[in-house]
Amino acid sequence: MALTIEQPGLLTTVQDQGRIGYYNVGIPQGGAMDQESAQAANKLVGNTAAEAVLECTYMGPSFTVDAPTTIAVTGADIPVLLNGTEQSAWTRIELAEGDAVKFGVLRGGARFYLAVRGGVDVPEVLGSRSTYAIGRLGGVDGRKLEAGDVVPVGSPVGELPSVAEIPESLRPALGGDQELRIVWGLYDHLLTDEGRRRLVEEEWKLTPVADRMGLRYEGPGVEWIQREQPFGAGQDPSNIVDAGYAVGSIQVPGGTQPIVLHRDAVSGGGYAMVGTVISADMDLLARATPGTSTRFRAVSMEEALEARRERARRIEGLWGL
Amino acid sequence: MTEQSTETMYLPTARYTWGGDEFLFVEFDEAMNLTANYLATAVAHGLEQLDLDGVVDVCPANASLLVRFDPDVLAGEDLKRRTQELEAQARTATQHTVETRIIEVPVWYQDPFTAEVSQRFREGYHQEPGGSDLDFAAKVNGLDGADEFVRRHHGSPWLVSMVGFVAGLPFLYQLVPRERQLQVPKYLSPRTDTPPLTVGHGGCFACIYSVRGAGGYQMFGVAAAPIYDPGQELPDFEDFLILFRPGDLVKFRPVDEAEYRAIQEQVEAGTWRYRQAPVTFDVEASIDDPESYNRTLLEALDGADN
Repeated sequence: MALTIEQPGLLTTVQDQGRIGYYNVGIPQGGAMDQESAQAANKLVGNTAAEAVLECTYMGPSFTVDAPTTIAVTGADIPVLLNGTEQSAWTRIELAEGDAVKFGVLRGGARFYLAVRGGVDVPEVLGSRSTYAIGRLGGVDGRKLEAGDVVPVGSPVGELPSVAEIPESLRPALGGDQELRIVWGLYDHLLTDEGRRRLVEEEWKLTPVADRMGLRYEGPGVEWIQREQPFGAGQDPSNIVDAGYAVGSIQVPGGTQPIVLHRDAVSGGGYAMVGTVISADMDLLARATPGTSTRFRAVSMEEALEARRERARRIEGLWGL
Repeated sequence: MTEQSTETMYLPTARYTWGGDEFLFVEFDEAMNLTANYLATAVAHGLEQLDLDGVVDVCPANASLLVRFDPDVLAGEDLKRRTQELEAQARTATQHTVETRIIEVPVWYQDPFTAEVSQRFREGYHQEPGGSDLDFAAKVNGLDGADEFVRRHHGSPWLVSMVGFVAGLPFLYQLVPRERQLQVPKYLSPRTDTPPLTVGHGGCFACIYSVRGAGGYQMFGVAAAPIYDPGQELPDFEDFLILFRPGDLVKFRPVDEAEYRAIQEQVEAGTWRYRQAPVTFDVEASIDDPESYNRTLLEALDGADN
């Protein structure tokens, strides 16, 4: 069983829950940027949370299948076309041998997920099937999909669930303004009080520079404390001696545009991080489109952990359907 | 301790802070120095030995340590307490040594590949668009031209003080007193392209770009053999696709075009091996008298086979 890719879409990659344990040598976590949506797709086709899916960005691929199978599409709002007829997303779709699937024009969100019953079955590299394109690792030949690729699909691992559709109440909201909760820390002491105030009280807009590595925002800028730079740290007040980067951390090179690092980010570098988006809000970033008005709201560690538990309960509810 | 020892084991207390709900960050010093790097390496090693449930990634860096953990399994405050205990042990240990190895890395300095790419990123990118990166590096270090800079670059060994940025990229810190450190500002604006295996320099750090891509470090040459081998085709990569580990020592050896080509042929044939030898790196010996200690380190390579 395989998908034959006719058109690859803008940026379609194989992703799973990520590659854990190699960050200390610069190999990023990777994995689906919107984990909750990817899990919903896996749920609908009878996979576990660990099966690899296709992450599609803005424009979808088109493909045919060489055997009967079951798919589901979740995440961003996009028409799913089966042999030219629109199907519901967030719903299980049965395919017959030779069926052709393509996608219409995106109506909201940024990334959508295609799960296939049995999971995308490219070889595991360092414990994951996720694509790390810079390092030419994982996925299909370590790169995004290209026309003519044949994407292998594994054998079904479990029964199909009784539910064939994810209820509206469990689907994420798309579009509109975003609020991202952050925990102060790391090098926030290098910002002036005014710099800190602007980051969490002013409005920021997502720029088009937003990908799997990170998302860049424009707004009023921040202010750094002027100081004599420590040896080895570089001349700009936003520079530090190169250090490990937390996934979700916010850096503001030069003080102008904050960048939130996401799952394919570089693992370290010389820009001061001033706070970190909480784990419960990382999926939100994957759904933001350029121009999205964004506020960063500072929360305590207790609030961050409570939000984490709430997200875990929501995902548990999804698997309990 | 002599007057050149701007470094001691007695750094101020480390700074503990959080990167959201999944990351603990420990800064041993704001400034780069061997002691802070040793503490990062030693505490990271201690955490790996402890093998605590819930620790996901232990990432030592130049003068800091980043630990990823799963707060559903291990409370952040518990991880912090265990890390502080390891820090105290590392500070009070009677010996500050690292069992490691020294690796010889052949470099073609002033090569045509980095020269071509640097020519595409001059105006608006570089401090001195009219000259080469090496000319600029020599000038800001008060040295007598590119050749003198290159001689200093490969004259003393380097410590891999961090691995990261992208897969397998080593940050390197030269084992010389602070006043003799080569320091060069990064490009004014990062390039969108860097040849693979470029030997670069930014601030006090050298690096070797493991893969082609964006980069802001000045470019001085190319390493002749891979340091990242995702297909694991060369014998040095049989166990793991990345060559360098934090704590490795590196001796750069200048090669000319003919030797570069010869090494490339060995890489193509799958027979290339790095010359390397095991060493015990004594941090205090290196801080106290780097010149004579470096001779001791380099002697280890003399007996090494390819």
